[in-house]
Amino acid sequence: MSDTLIKMIFGRLSLESLPLHEPIVVATFAGVALGGIALVGALTYFRLWGYLWKEWFTTVDHKRIGIMYMVLGLVMLLRGFADAIMMRLQQSMAFGANEGYLNAHHYDQIFTAHGVIMIFFVAMPFVTGLMNFVVPLQIGARDVSFPFLNNFSFWMTAAGAALVMASLFIGEFARTGWLAMAPLSGLDYSPDVGVDYYIWALQIAGVGTLLSGVNLVATIVKMRAPGMGLMKMPVFTWTALATNILIVAAFPVLTAVLAMLSLDRYVGTQFFTNTGGGNPMMYVNMIWIWGHPEVYILILPAFGIFSEVTSTFSGKRLFGYTSMVYAVLVITILSYLVWLHHFFTMGSGASVNSFFGITTMIISIPTGAKIFNWLFTMYKGRIRFELPMMWTIAFMLTFVIGGMTGVLLAVPPADFVLHNSLFLVAHFHNVIIGGVLFGLFAGINYWWPKAFGFKLDKKWGLVSFWCWVVGFWVAFTPLYVLGLMGVTRRLRHFEDPSLQIWFVVAAIGAAIIAVGIAAFLLQIFVSIRNREALKDESGDPWNARTLEWATSSPPPAYNFAFTPIIHDLDAWYDMKAKKAERPVTGYLPIHMPSNTGAGIILAGFSLVCGFAMIWYIWWLAAASFLGLIVMAIAHTFNYDRDFYITAEEVTETENARTQVLARLGA
Amino acid sequence: MSATTIPTTGDTPVFYQLEEEHHEPGGSTLLGFWMYLMSDCLIFAMLFAAWGVYGTSFAGGPTSHELFKLPLVAVNTAMLLFSSITYGFAMIAMQEKRQGAVQGWLLLTALFGAAFLGIELYEFSELIHEGAGPWRSAFLSSFFTLVGTHGLHVTFGLIWLFTLMVQVARKGLIPANVRRLQCLSLFWHFLDVVWIGVFTFVYLFGAMR
Repeated sequence: MSDTLIKMIFGRLSLESLPLHEPIVVATFAGVALGGIALVGALTYFRLWGYLWKEWFTTVDHKRIGIMYMVLGLVMLLRGFADAIMMRLQQSMAFGANEGYLNAHHYDQIFTAHGVIMIFFVAMPFVTGLMNFVVPLQIGARDVSFPFLNNFSFWMTAAGAALVMASLFIGEFARTGWLAMAPLSGLDYSPDVGVDYYIWALQIAGVGTLLSGVNLVATIVKMRAPGMGLMKMPVFTWTALATNILIVAAFPVLTAVLAMLSLDRYVGTQFFTNTGGGNPMMYVNMIWIWGHPEVYILILPAFGIFSEVTSTFSGKRLFGYTSMVYAVLVITILSYLVWLHHFFTMGSGASVNSFFGITTMIISIPTGAKIFNWLFTMYKGRIRFELPMMWTIAFMLTFVIGGMTGVLLAVPPADFVLHNSLFLVAHFHNVIIGGVLFGLFAGINYWWPKAFGFKLDKKWGLVSFWCWVVGFWVAFTPLYVLGLMGVTRRLRHFEDPSLQIWFVVAAIGAAIIAVGIAAFLLQIFVSIRNREALKDESGDPWNARTLEWATSSPPPAYNFAFTPIIHDLDAWYDMKAKKAERPVTGYLPIHMPSNTGAGIILAGFSLVCGFAMIWYIWWLAAASFLGLIVMAIAHTFNYDRDFYITAEEVTETENARTQVLARLGA
Repeated sequence: MSATTIPTTGDTPVFYQLEEEHHEPGGSTLLGFWMYLMSDCLIFAMLFAAWGVYGTSFAGGPTSHELFKLPLVAVNTAMLLFSSITYGFAMIAMQEKRQGAVQGWLLLTALFGAAFLGIELYEFSELIHEGAGPWRSAFLSSFFTLVGTHGLHVTFGLIWLFTLMVQVARKGLIPANVRRLQCLSLFWHFLDVVWIGVFTFVYLFGAMR
């Protein structure tokens, strides 16, 4: 009797769900709990909750939401990297009689969590965060098209991340690899909560990603400053447009395929089972129809960052702007025509494999064109080796190799040998670290002064840079070699002792990267401490070319007191060259959206609903879903969503800026 | 905005707009909503793809030819199409600023929509009673998921419609409410278009198999 009651209240959640038998997890939990308590205590002690709630959690300012995305990405990077270094350590020691220190149950969760976290909760928030912060400034807008939706999107992403983190301490995460391929992810082979955590984390975060994609496309299409025709948009904005179109056109596929997987698991449908007429290869096809565009969703904004950085630090207009734009668009379209190269071994036959092999190789043409454009931008330029430029050069050297191994893998016969090998693992880390991550670091170093009004420390930035670049090559070159020797991915234990040395080298590489991450954190810490010395009051510390540098750093809530008018591709450079006078009087009240707590509350209901569904706590799932609907409806009854920043306030802010500029000019 | 002509005074171009441009509130809403609809359309595309693959995966169970009752589906389709017509009339009344007529047509739309849902639920329960639930075969899984997802959309459309009726009653046909009615109109007609696909590819083709 009481047993059924407990089951009704708690579903399948019980004390046994806590992984108390895993000392590593328990120790991590103790650390996280202590850190969490310390953080909550500190926030309470310094009375920061009200400030955080009013100024950050409920904000609809695209700049602050962008920064929150970056913080989320950074926190999750630490978690994802902890997983990485645990894998490297395990593989470097688990040979012959040595079983390593991770059991199979734990190890399989780690490689799944590593992939999921790095793609969905590190790369995506970083990319979305930068686009959120930069795009409205670059196009001379006051905010995004749907400011409330922007806040809601962020919190949905954060809720998804929270579910993944919860799985570490309550229950377990999926043991299926980052795409949860069926039938392994079906109920027969994964009966416990891991895959459910995976599904609900991605579904909830996916809502946020999709809506932020819709939001940014609408923003770029509708909110550009007068004069900024499509072919006068900065390249970063172009890549953001392409990426967000990809998001809108790809994430629904993920939603649908995960929904089908959940129906298989919750209702007992037969989509991806081997019995009852289902077909697991359908899952593989569908998830890669989302999955391949996803990698371009990540890399295109990085290409945009490199374009801005190369042009700024070479002191030249970007070479081949038009070809750059068309290359981005061609990549956008081609990204939908290559998904099958992820599973040439499915056995779809020579004609199909040839088609997808050729489309894959064709993608290297626009990508190569971009590389040449950057090189020609640098050619005869007066190159300043600031941190963003360093990352860009490292990217060009690294990414080209990754691209070439990608073309190797695109050849179906070669792929039959290399499929699922460490060669593949080395390849995609080569393009994601060497492309996306280097791009993000370039972007963070480039736009940090815009966000906070002071530059990042160069010395620690260089330490971080060299450790990352060297560490990357030390960690992944051995994997290329091992992959060519036929070692497959996701293995926990090896028999052949001659392989061990390669894994030891790879582990050393991971350790070097760890120093790079630590140096990056130190760089931020040191820069905040030395913010007076690193201060930039001009708003344009790099002598840059695009519009975001026309306003102060950090920009006021309204971005631009007067909407700029665009005459040239490099709008801000044009203004400087033609000595545009910044108007200093005649400020008007500015219409702005109001803050709202609805986003975080809705995401909170989603989080609870997801958690309840994972643990079969049906009453709670129903109640929180109802709460979600009621709250969403209640929010629509609020018609009073904006306010005016008074002309006096604008005048005060802008006069302060005028004085600073006069002092700097004098 | 970008279409605005660029003012210049003689040789020196003007770099700042000194007059505050009046922004239509919600100027991007319809574009944004269209994009959401297209993303929704992709969800249906995947479900149609699943139907395309699994439509004959009967797994030894009942076939679509045995299960589908076209007369019932015809009535159901009529309900949904009528609801689209009545929604259209609501929009015409909205253009003419006749609030009472808008509410009347919306109510009628809701009734047709509810009838559609009722018939669909009846059909589902019949199928499940006959032992043809979504777990019986991949064919039935994809059938229930595609048709059910459409039904779920109609359900949320109804909730939205009633919410809007309350809001129109409270605030009248103010610009914000007009915009919302336009969005729901897009949504409602979109569901109609999807249903045409369902009717053709699922029911008609399925019944012929």
